[in-house]
Amino acid sequence: MDAIILLAITAVLMVVGYLCGSIGQSMHYRDIRMREFALRDILVFNEKAPPARFSGQEFALVSGSVVMSCDYFRQVIAGLKQIVGGRLVSYEAMLDRGRREAILRMKEEARKMGAAVVFNVRLETSNVSMSSGNKGMTCMELVAYGTAWKLAPQDEASIKNA
Amino acid sequence: MRLSNTEYFPGYVITKHLGLVQGSTVRAKHVGRDFMAGLKNIVGGELKGYTELLSESRQEALDRMIAQASAVGANAIVNVRFSTANIAMGAAEILAYGTAVVLTKRE
Repeated sequence: MDAIILLAITAVLMVVGYLCGSIGQSMHYRDIRMREFALRDILVFNEKAPPARFSGQEFALVSGSVVMSCDYFRQVIAGLKQIVGGRLVSYEAMLDRGRREAILRMKEEARKMGAAVVFNVRLETSNVSMSSGNKGMTCMELVAYGTAWKLAPQDEASIKNA
Repeated sequence: MRLSNTEYFPGYVITKHLGLVQGSTVRAKHVGRDFMAGLKNIVGGELKGYTELLSESRQEALDRMIAQASAVGANAIVNVRFSTANIAMGAAEILAYGTAVVLTKRE
């Protein structure tokens, strides 16, 4: 009897996880695409220093971070997939969403200070799963940070006139 | 205080190096947040409570680093790096470090 109840609870969690996870994921992707489009004029580079035309302009450290988790259904599927190995699509999607979100938050911070470019962008991934053992939940922190630079006034004017 | 994760700045010169400065903090979440995150983990997606917690901690680490830098008379911290380590269940350490310098605009 107990086993049946346990199985039923697991099944319900999986169904709820699958439905909410899928809806949440597609909504998040739509939101990400919209914001990426709105922020497409802020250019992001992982080169260290900006070119000479930024000489003497204002700069500041900008960062964005997000903690992402994977829904119950996808965690179970990923666990099963680990037996045979190969791509774990559910974790790939989680990390992709998180990384794009972190970059977007960094760009939003850059927009707030009126910057046009972000140089020396670094992406960091760390596991912050808070419980121990294999019962613990998967949560990953994704951080993006870099140095935002403002455009020189004459460059800003030439962009406006173009 | 200017912060950057670069070490070369066109149009500026570093007139003085004042050495490594760092700030760190260890944070744990409270039970309520942990419970809510556990529920949220069923449906997946962003765990806002943890995002908030970690960005607050990162700000705290930065503030401590900035306090150290202003104590030695710097006006900028260059080459800033962040690192996060999971030190025990339910606790994470956030570390920020960089080089304190005096940065002046080139005439």
